[in-house]
Amino acid sequence: MDTVNKPARRVDALGKVLGESKYGADLKFDGMLYGKVLYTPYSHARILSIDTRSAAKLPGVEAVLTAADVPGLHTFGTVVPNQQVLAKEVVRYLGDGVAIVAATSPALAEKALALIKVEYKELATIFDPEEALAEGAPVLHDDSPGNIAAHHVLEKGEVEKGFAASDIILEREYKTQLVEHAYIEPEAAVVVPDPGRKGITVYGSIQNPFSCRKALSRMLGLKLNEVRVIQSFMGGSFGGKDEVMSAQCARAAMLALKTGRPVKMVNTREESLREGYKRHPYKLKYKVGVTREGKLMAMKIYIIADAGAYTAQTPFVTWRSVVQATGPYEVPHVRTDVYGAHTNNCYTSAFRGFGSPQIIFAQESLMDELAGELGMEPLELRRLNGYHQGSVTATGQTLDSHQVSLSEVVDKAVERSDYLRKFKEYANQKGRFRKGIGLACSFRGCSLGAEGVDATGAMVSVQYDGSVYVFAGLAENGQGLQTIFSQIAAEELGINVERVRFMETDTANIPDGGPTVASRSTIMGGNAVRIAAAKVRETLLGAVLGKLKASTEELAWGKDRIWVKEDPSRSISFEDAINEACSQGELLTELGWYKAPKVSWDDSHGQGNAYFTYVYGCQIAEVEVDTETGYTRVLKITAAHDVGRAINPETVRGQIYGGVAQGLGYALLEEVQQHEGEIKSKNFDEYLIPGIKDMPEIEAIIVENPDSYGPYGAKTIGEPTLEMTAPAIASAVAQATGRRVRQLPLDLERVLLGRSLQQDRYKRREGGC
Amino acid sequence: MNKLPVTLTVNGREYNLKVDGNERLLDTLRQRLGLTGTKEGCGVGECGACSVILDGNLVNSCMVLTGQCTGARVETVEGLGTAAKLHPLQQAFIDYNAVQCGFCTPGMLMAAKALLDKNPHPSEAEIRQGLSGVLCRCTGYKQIVDAVNAAAGEEG
Repeated sequence: MDTVNKPARRVDALGKVLGESKYGADLKFDGMLYGKVLYTPYSHARILSIDTRSAAKLPGVEAVLTAADVPGLHTFGTVVPNQQVLAKEVVRYLGDGVAIVAATSPALAEKALALIKVEYKELATIFDPEEALAEGAPVLHDDSPGNIAAHHVLEKGEVEKGFAASDIILEREYKTQLVEHAYIEPEAAVVVPDPGRKGITVYGSIQNPFSCRKALSRMLGLKLNEVRVIQSFMGGSFGGKDEVMSAQCARAAMLALKTGRPVKMVNTREESLREGYKRHPYKLKYKVGVTREGKLMAMKIYIIADAGAYTAQTPFVTWRSVVQATGPYEVPHVRTDVYGAHTNNCYTSAFRGFGSPQIIFAQESLMDELAGELGMEPLELRRLNGYHQGSVTATGQTLDSHQVSLSEVVDKAVERSDYLRKFKEYANQKGRFRKGIGLACSFRGCSLGAEGVDATGAMVSVQYDGSVYVFAGLAENGQGLQTIFSQIAAEELGINVERVRFMETDTANIPDGGPTVASRSTIMGGNAVRIAAAKVRETLLGAVLGKLKASTEELAWGKDRIWVKEDPSRSISFEDAINEACSQGELLTELGWYKAPKVSWDDSHGQGNAYFTYVYGCQIAEVEVDTETGYTRVLKITAAHDVGRAINPETVRGQIYGGVAQGLGYALLEEVQQHEGEIKSKNFDEYLIPGIKDMPEIEAIIVENPDSYGPYGAKTIGEPTLEMTAPAIASAVAQATGRRVRQLPLDLERVLLGRSLQQDRYKRREGGC
Repeated sequence: MNKLPVTLTVNGREYNLKVDGNERLLDTLRQRLGLTGTKEGCGVGECGACSVILDGNLVNSCMVLTGQCTGARVETVEGLGTAAKLHPLQQAFIDYNAVQCGFCTPGMLMAAKALLDKNPHPSEAEIRQGLSGVLCRCTGYKQIVDAVNAAAGEEG
């Protein structure tokens, strides 16, 4: 291979280092207005009246709109369309918008918001997801009785039988926190009315242009071909710029259609934290049965996720949890229940990991605790139960159609981190500063799995001067998709990657290929690009058969040439081949479409072949804890990930480093403080993400077991990188301190005292202190 | 409101402006001068996406009022290099895969330049200290440190 599996410069880097790349907030159009949103001051209330008259009279204010002005339906949502672009009758969380304003400046729009008078009648609120599921709790949505946003069941074997056959039974409860994506670019969009015809063009930091288009079409009463979404450069997303962007774009579109002028909306960081969805906090109860020898017999799992006010992706997030909740371990008897509960908290949805970081924190902490009970080393317990070729998962799927590389990734991480020696060395320490080392591993289903339809497309278009366009339905969010897809196109065409120009994702130019989620870009979109480029190459080969006096099978290609394998002197340049093809009237533009291999799912028992392939990873954390302050310093993270094949090893490493950083934040620093529905962490001074001095040495180990389904064997890397960092750190801290913290994040208070004082602070403050 | 007359130099070019007293340097650069390479991430001086060099010192341009900048010399990412002649830091950021989403990149580059202007051969700890005012959510910082380290080596 000439281009794939080799480092290549990011195709989008030049504009970014020059400061020339345009992000949503950088765009400007003639006559552009600025939009702002009025949020509800109540977490749950009925809107009695909205008076916009004084706001509308303010000079420079061009439109003031409410839910009554929504041209189509006022709700949207992928699974259950219950999220409101603007609240119509009832507000359900403090991020609900009730009115929008377009004015000639952002300051004027703010001023107008203050003049809008809204009368509310407060309704009973519910903020605890467990209480929300209890009988008699106030119900948020009429069509979700009992506040159940999702419920997934998994039954394998007979769990009580498994416990009966166990020698040791352990029950533990773990908790994970509300976490913010904290992309550095706040949400931004500009909507421009189409001149001379019905419709709009939408620009902005939109992770999933097609999801956005669908939501806008529904809410604006426009046909899909009247809503054109063109993605701007994205200042980070990590799953976070989906529903929140659909809402922002729809509001900007309402204002643009009303005024006939372009409308720009840019969130402040405070608005972003208030309105934007976050990672689900989970409460996880695990009961595990094991034989004296350490063989897992049964696991009973009960999980409640706080879905917040709207359904969004909760059913999908919790579905991944139910599939993977037992971890990469053989367990003959399993019963799992995962609930998503509606509350009046900020809604939760997709965030890199998507229901896996929570369960991996629990299940990997549990494995370490179980090892302690058994008097075994944590690694030994994992080796005894870990997946191998032909293992059967909790969903009844036999892992035999890909390389099950769990032991390989574990071995590599163990060796490079010197885990075995350090684990012994740190076992008995005294003194103020104590070290610890912890290990976590995971298996992860690639792409959407049985979550939904899984297919995507790409177009490769060769121009007659030898330059090439690539278009794709999946979108660049900063992860490096443009570079990976360009490399694949270049590889298939046998040309230098510099010839390829990747075009920004535009819903008018390519079929809907689903969302850029689930780490599916390389494995799904990569296949689509490969198919498209291979079709064009076949046309080129066919066109030069006469010239080279050879059959297709006799030809080889690469380095901008096509030649006869047996006689390389009989060759033709890429340009000349194009000329031949063009002179024969051949088409050098092709669409590639890739449908995922078949998966299956029985919803009533949670059984089936959930994903068509899986990746395996192992991360090992080494920490030093100050036992007088609870401060935890991470010394090193060793991260071994099987990616199938690294299309671009440097961008794979970049994904690993970045995922580990987010995982470290999840472990130690990050928690959105929310009290009675109010986000108390209002900006980056109160919501801390890892800075450059928080990051330790990271050793990234790329393991390659090419997958039969992936392009060149490539699978997935985006999400696995962050999902096991927190449990690895938690177990390292437990070794250092001799005390396990079962709740994230492991901040100073939890490490030192075993509990957080934050909620006490809010209570005290309310008490008048 | 009374407008304040301000004369300042941005990337070597002099501007005579009349600004409101509450206008931030960030807004002057982005709205008035069209220099949108400098980004706004938080507006409270925490994320460093708006970092520029003011009279040789790294500042968060969201925390500086333009009215206070008379006579000042401002450097932004747009003044760093061109496609034809990249600054060594820009080249190193490309070569070392130090760019992902790119939103923090201008701030990172300016922080790195401010550092290297004062300390052409920083240690890794000094690089981390010099860049510590800029948050990145994508990269885990490693390849950024590598890039700055390489650029420093090249300049020396």
